[in-house]
Formats: sequence, structure tokens, C-alpha cells
Amino acid sequence: DQVLHIVPETFQQVQHLQHLCRTLLLDLWKPLLPQDICAGEDLHIRVPAPLVKEVKDSLDRHMISYKVLIPDVQELVDQSMPGERSNHRQVPEGYVYTEYHPMEEIYQWMVQIQKNNSELVTQHYLGKTIENREMYYLQISQPSDKTKKIVWMDCGIHAREWISPAFCQWFVKEILQNYKSDPQISRFLQNLDLYVLPVLNIDGYMYSWEKDRFWRKNRSPQMNGTCYGTDLNRNFNSSWGSVGVSYNCSSEVFCGTGPESEPETRAVAQFIEQRKSDILCYLTMHSYGQYILTPYGSTTEPPSNSEELILVAKQAASALMGKYGTNYQVGPTSLVLYSNSGSSRDWAHTIGIPFSYTFELRDKGTHGFLLPSDQIQPTCEETM
Amino acid sequence: QDSTLSCTAEVLYHLGSPSPAPAVQVTLEGELRATAGADQLFYHRVRSLEQELLAEDIPDSQGGVSPEMEPLHLLAWVASGYVIWQNSTESTRLQLAQVKRVKQVRRRDEYLEFDYLVLLHELVSQEIIPWQMRVLWHPQHGVQVTQA
Repeated sequence: DQVLHIVPETFQQVQHLQHLCRTLLLDLWKPLLPQDICAGEDLHIRVPAPLVKEVKDSLDRHMISYKVLIPDVQELVDQSMPGERSNHRQVPEGYVYTEYHPMEEIYQWMVQIQKNNSELVTQHYLGKTIENREMYYLQISQPSDKTKKIVWMDCGIHAREWISPAFCQWFVKEILQNYKSDPQISRFLQNLDLYVLPVLNIDGYMYSWEKDRFWRKNRSPQMNGTCYGTDLNRNFNSSWGSVGVSYNCSSEVFCGTGPESEPETRAVAQFIEQRKSDILCYLTMHSYGQYILTPYGSTTEPPSNSEELILVAKQAASALMGKYGTNYQVGPTSLVLYSNSGSSRDWAHTIGIPFSYTFELRDKGTHGFLLPSDQIQPTCEETM
Repeated sequence: QDSTLSCTAEVLYHLGSPSPAPAVQVTLEGELRATAGADQLFYHRVRSLEQELLAEDIPDSQGGVSPEMEPLHLLAWVASGYVIWQNSTESTRLQLAQVKRVKQVRRRDEYLEFDYLVLLHELVSQEIIPWQMRVLWHPQHGVQVTQA
């Protein structure tokens, strides 16, 4: 947020400024009311971050000169409260979103998030993993008398893709910190409920922290415990076992002993199946590659709403690029990447969820799975 | 400090199996940064070590590379680039995922020699492939991959 200092020179400028303040509901620091804005007198307006560019452009167009009195309001607020972060109320104190966290800490984080934001967030049990760990998702829902459609997002289906759970946590934090001040987020929550599963493949994620950083699959024992792991993103019931998979446990793309053979897959599939008529959008976060992928992986036949799917994805990629210039490629997996079957994204679309996307986050291979933690913030900010 | 140069490459995959390495023609627009200073620094640092250099997990789990390890990381990139080129086909996409281990091999001549164990990530199969390579380097004579 910025505070601008303007001294209007003409009556026309006064009128325009009044109009701007009224229509954008800008926070007037001096004077207090739009009707008290006068030519020749100091005007101080606080402009929320998402509107800064728009307001400045408007002032430029009307030849109204301004100075930036305060370039970063939040910084000042933080400084004025030593030893305390001003948004400690919304997010757990001291939780560092620009670092990777092991599963234990993510479990604790979920509990804290619900505790600190109980008017909006509830934590729900989804099911158990093969190693008997509990899977939880967070529901972010603004109380309202109208039934809302659902946007579902899961992260961490592949253990080694650490930037993915990091993004889910960041996403939740951003929503909760800004839903009151950011008009886009506020409108979003008025009309939609958000369901976020921060780590889908919990056993695998823990294994990648403790034993093998490049583990991908879950930890289900196969062949009498001589081999481990099914690729959960080949295990869903969409053309299962047909292409881009292996029937051999030793492969990274082992599709399991049958569709939904894995408890993690079943937990997610059952939940989504039950609510499918209310789910508008299914998002699944992966890395790496910088893609926004649409159905299908198992065939090059386009889905029924292909045009709309691609259009929305292209808009997202364009907005993403606007932040730091990062290039995301858009298209169906089968054309852009490779063939695969049994993916959660394909399955979600075939059961009727209209908008179904896989995001492959940063980067393009320079760091690959080992994305340095100093890239967590820019990756998450641009993807927001 | 960072600069971006444009690089175009023409890649020809040969038919037939086993297929030989693809033919590559590269054009670079602009000039690469002069690195003689940094090269010399690294060269002398390693030459003056009392014990053979030994390092593991570059980058580490969190994606970090310490400044001292950065030259070894870069050297691994160059050397694995050669390995990837020699082993690529139209249906593979290989990337260096991590240097698992690098051990210096002492030499009598002026070359530096490193025994690398790297992990390559193959995008289509999603496999992580360990690969051993012997790498020779000299500030004036460049990189040679002698065993892959």
C-alpha cells in the first residue's frame, strides 16, 4: 500500500480526485471526506497495493502531479510495533513461508491456521495414508447464506516436488492475510469456497526429507516388501494403465495394482466424487517445468470445453508473467509434455469438473526439484 | 552481474538403433563473460589443498550451493552436458538433478581431475539415473570428460 500526496490545482482536478476516491473507496487520510478536497490544499490518500498502478495511471492521464509520501505502509506499521509482526493474528507467529518445512511442522501449521482464523478456516480429515498417517485439508469458507461453488487445490502428490507444498502454505497465508483488504480476494471468497490439501503424499514427502530427496511415489510395499511405491498421479481412474506408465514397481511411473489401489488416491477421489457437482475447478500443483497443463494426457483428443480451458490458462500464464517475467507454457499434457494415464487432473475432468489444471511450478531444470528456498517467495507471488 | 546471451542450436537426431549422439550446431550471439580471474582463483585454491577435495550433495536438499562449491557445480553442469548430449534421443529429456559426490583425483601434471557421481533426471520416465564421470579441467585448456 502507498500513501500519495497531491495538491490539486484546478476545480476539474478536485472533481476527478473526488470521483476516484468515491468509486475506488480509497482511504482518505487528509482530509477525511471527499467533499472536503479543495484546490490548493494538501491531499493524502492511502492506495491499496493492487490499485496503485491504476490510480497512478489515472492521475497521469488527468495531468495531476503527485508525490509518494509513504512507499510501503506495511513496513511502517511493522516498524512501529517492535518484536511483533502486525499480522500475527492471522498467521502463526514466526512461521517462515520462505523456507521448506518437514511434515511435522506442516501438521502443526494447519492446526495454528485454523486456530488463528477460525471464522474462515476449518481443518478436516480426509483419510489415511498407506503408512497410516492422517490426511487433512483446509476449508476456507466465508459464512454466507448462499451455497458456493468449490475450488479444490492439492499439493505434494509427488514427494520430491517441495515447492508444491510450499506454495499451498503460501497460498493459504496470502488469502488469510489479504481477504479483507484485497478486493479481488474478497470477491473471490464471497462467491467461492477454497479447499486446500497441502500435502497429498505425506509418507513420500517425509521419506524425501529423511531418506531419499528424489523420492516421487508413495510408500506402499509391493512384491512382499521388496519394492516400494506407486506413482499416485498414475493411479487415478482415467484410462488407468493405458499409456505412459509401468506395471513394474521398480519404475517411477508404476501405476499401482489397479485404479485407485492406493489409500491416498481413494481418499481424494471419494471426497471429490461426492462433491463433484459443486466443484468448479480442480487444481493440482507439481514441479518442475513451468507449465499450465490441461486435459488430457492419455489422448490428444481435446476435451469438450477445450477452448475455454486454454483461454483461461493463457490468461493465467500472462498474469503470472506480468510479475517477474517468468514464462509458463500452456497446453494439453499429451501435446506439450508426454503421454500419461491415470492422472488426477484427467480424472477430475472426466467426472465432470469443468476447469481442471496441473501446474508445473519453477523452474525449467536449472535447479529442478532442488529449487533454492530464496525462490519460494517469487515463485509463490507470481503464481498467486 | 548476470547477463543473458541468445543461443540457437540445430539438433539432428539420427535414425536407426542404437542411435549415435545427435548432431548439434550451436550459434552464440554476443560474447561470454571473461572468467579468467575466477578460473585462476579456483584452480589455485584446489591445487593448494593439502587433502584431496571431497564434497557431497550439491545443491543440498534445500537447493543451496555454498560459494566454495559453486565452481564444482558449474563444472558438473558442463561435464554432464556432454554426457546428456551423448545419450539423448528424440524421446528423452535429461537434466542434471544433483551432484551426489565429487572427489578430486590428484595428478602429476597441471590438470585438475575430479571423479563425479551425478544424478540425472529423465523427464519422460521420471527416473533418476546415477552417472559416474571423470572430468579433467584446466583454466586454459577447458573441460574434458574422459569416462562416462
